[in-house]
Amino acid sequence: MIKLLFRRVGLMIPTFIGATLLSFLFIRMLPGDPVLLMAGERGMTDERYQRLLHEFGFDRPYWQQYLEYLWGVLQGDLGESFRTKVPVLQEFLTLFPATVELSLCAMLLATVIGIPAGVIAAIRRGRALDHGTMGTALVGYSMPIFWWALMLIIVVSGQWGLTPVSGRISLLYFFEPVTGFMLIDSLLSGQEGAFGSAVQHLILPTIVLGTIPLAVVARQTRSAMLEVLGEDYVRTARAKGLSPFRVVGIHALRNALIPVTTTIGLQIGVLFGGAILTETIFAWPGIGKWMIESVSARDYSVVQGGLLLIAVIVMVVNLMVDLMYGLINPKIRY
Amino acid sequence: MKKFAIAVAASALALGVAASANAKTLVYCSEGSPEGFDPALYTAGTTFDASSRQIFNKLVEFERGTTKVVPALATSWDVSDDGLEYTFHLRKGVKFHTTSFFTPTRDFNAEDVVFSFERQRVKDHPYHSYVSGASWEYFDGMSMPDLIKSVEKVDDYTVKFVLNRPEAPMIANLAMDFASIESKEYADKLAADGKMDQLNQQPVGTGPFKFQAYQKDAVIRYQAHESYWAGKAAIDTLIFAITPDASVRYQKLKAGECHVMPYPNPADIDAMKTDGDVNLLSQEGLNVGYLAYNTKVAPFDNVKVRKALNMAINKEAILDAVFQGAGKVATNPIPPTIWSYKADLKDDPYDPEAAKKMLEAEGVKDLSMKIWAMPVQRPYNPNAKRMAELMQADFAKVGVNVEIVQFEWGEYLKRSKELDRDGAVLLGWTGDNGDPDNFLAVLLGCDAVGGSNRAQWCYQPFEDVIQKAKIVSDTAERTKLYEQAQVIFKEQAPWATIAHSVVFKPVRKEVVDFKIDPFGGHIFYGVDLK
Repeated sequence: MIKLLFRRVGLMIPTFIGATLLSFLFIRMLPGDPVLLMAGERGMTDERYQRLLHEFGFDRPYWQQYLEYLWGVLQGDLGESFRTKVPVLQEFLTLFPATVELSLCAMLLATVIGIPAGVIAAIRRGRALDHGTMGTALVGYSMPIFWWALMLIIVVSGQWGLTPVSGRISLLYFFEPVTGFMLIDSLLSGQEGAFGSAVQHLILPTIVLGTIPLAVVARQTRSAMLEVLGEDYVRTARAKGLSPFRVVGIHALRNALIPVTTTIGLQIGVLFGGAILTETIFAWPGIGKWMIESVSARDYSVVQGGLLLIAVIVMVVNLMVDLMYGLINPKIRY
Repeated sequence: MKKFAIAVAASALALGVAASANAKTLVYCSEGSPEGFDPALYTAGTTFDASSRQIFNKLVEFERGTTKVVPALATSWDVSDDGLEYTFHLRKGVKFHTTSFFTPTRDFNAEDVVFSFERQRVKDHPYHSYVSGASWEYFDGMSMPDLIKSVEKVDDYTVKFVLNRPEAPMIANLAMDFASIESKEYADKLAADGKMDQLNQQPVGTGPFKFQAYQKDAVIRYQAHESYWAGKAAIDTLIFAITPDASVRYQKLKAGECHVMPYPNPADIDAMKTDGDVNLLSQEGLNVGYLAYNTKVAPFDNVKVRKALNMAINKEAILDAVFQGAGKVATNPIPPTIWSYKADLKDDPYDPEAAKKMLEAEGVKDLSMKIWAMPVQRPYNPNAKRMAELMQADFAKVGVNVEIVQFEWGEYLKRSKELDRDGAVLLGWTGDNGDPDNFLAVLLGCDAVGGSNRAQWCYQPFEDVIQKAKIVSDTAERTKLYEQAQVIFKEQAPWATIAHSVVFKPVRKEVVDFKIDPFGGHIFYGVDLK
């Protein structure tokens, strides 16, 4: 186990270097000069343009810029945003909890509904319930997030008035963030109704962001279950006269969960991607919205720093998923 | 479920309830996050809305809803006869904000004015590069470093600006956002504590609202400045709820989650007009969208060819298709909200037949040209590609073959400046200081050829008039000169003037006295709630 951990962490080093290189190159491959974009229609004199290029360090060759960036990264310095002049890491840490909170809720929704739905569909294979569940999953999987979000807002918030339109908490509540997680901070604030308001604000974004992972998890669970249910040991368990609940819930599900866990791990990356749209629509102050604005402003340090941090997080999540296999099925030894 | 619904409805309405109780809270659903809170570092309206327009004052300001300059932190000013010295007499008893992070010990005085400008002007000023990559965009962009020779304190309540050359728009420049007055005492304290960058994150000004807190990309909170020199604001708490999506902003406005929203979706305008909770305000924007010919390249160096092409463009059709009602045909190079706008100027009539004949008379046959379409959306041109396509069809009717070209925005701006550029360029301009000079000299002056003068048009009779208007300080006389300049412009047709945008501003019915700012800003001092 320890050996595996070391090997996996060791493998992460070249991946990490690769991520720094890709994140560095990615934004520079896009056409568009950040200094010119900053000036817009107004333009600037050549002298000022040269001075700004120099101040930002863009007049140096790429390899030198890259080495400086890498050196900074190793010291924990991701540079400063051109636009806000605030350190990238500081901005990331302010915004990241909001994305994590939303992603976790979306994942929770996806697993809590997706796994049972997949199991039921597998047991009822070929029957109406199976077709119904999988049909719905297909619709969910192909749902354009933007449209889905606006529909929910217009109907649920606008016409029925059941949830707030956007934001993280009602503007009536005001407290300094402690953890950055609104659910926790609202409890810590001790203000009456704050937690409830935070929950209400989470409902629609969670549904929107959770829809695609939910569909994926349900479909994955169904196919994994079908495979496992056909195994000899399941037949044996049935023949032994175990209750259907034990057969499905203990013997089959446990094995079926391994590919499902992998899928869930992979969905974390997808969630960060989906968060861009969801966060923009629901005015959710997370990293998705931050990244997309930085790309359009060619805010080099934010884009390369943000991409790198996201890459690191996805790597860590994948490592954790690998380690979890052993917990789900103790037969798996490293 | 019902109980839940009632609880939610109650909390949604609570904003309205709070507004009618003692403390009035106005919520503005802003479209984006400010880049920072030191307005002099930036050029974006979103940043100005969050900083200079609520927190700070300038020496002179634009009267709310107009482009007229009125006294603010300066009560009066004198201009020397040679137009080189501007002496400002400052207002006494003006208090800076007392906040959780700063308590001022003195009133506003000349030191603050000198500090606010010198930090932008003097390269070795301790605050000149107090944040990484600090650049004083507007100060530099308006050529202030060349223009201002010195900013001196005469006594505690008198400041003198000495210029290198006479410049009539100077007063209007000082009403711009970059000229916001910061507290020197606060800046000194931050410098002593080694926290200079806080000046851009925790602002202190003299304005009607004081900064309370900013949660990045989510909410900005302000409190009314109790001892504001012009009287405390009618609303007690001002909140910016940052909401990037226009349709969502409208849903929030309908649900009572905010009172004012900017930049509605054109598709929502009709619904807003009939919405019982919403007042839809509208005004022409301080901008112009145009097609600039390259007047240095044949056959576009010929006035008659330019005129003929102008007559071939069906502007009404463009307004319908591209602006969807949120625009007005432009005849002049300056928008109607600017003083000296010559209202009786005649536009080139839409007449393809006559245009065709004119081109033939000039010997122009089988002409092929390029039209450059911007890749970005701007108020003065919401869809340049579509506009270019419509022009392509219009020009085809007079026998001119058009190829549409597009570049990435930065590249577009750069290449369109080139003197030998092939093709006519779609572009536009949004005014900075409400002075006609800011359009006519910046976009059509000889100095701007190869730069912001995309028509590469240098016409001496026009140039003489606008140069003279720069020096004269009498507004009536300047008005005459600019009217004359507009007539020359129209005769020479370096551009096809296309449109001025119409700005729509939906506000809830309970909002009293919100005025559309011609500069595109959102100003909440003077606004009340029923």
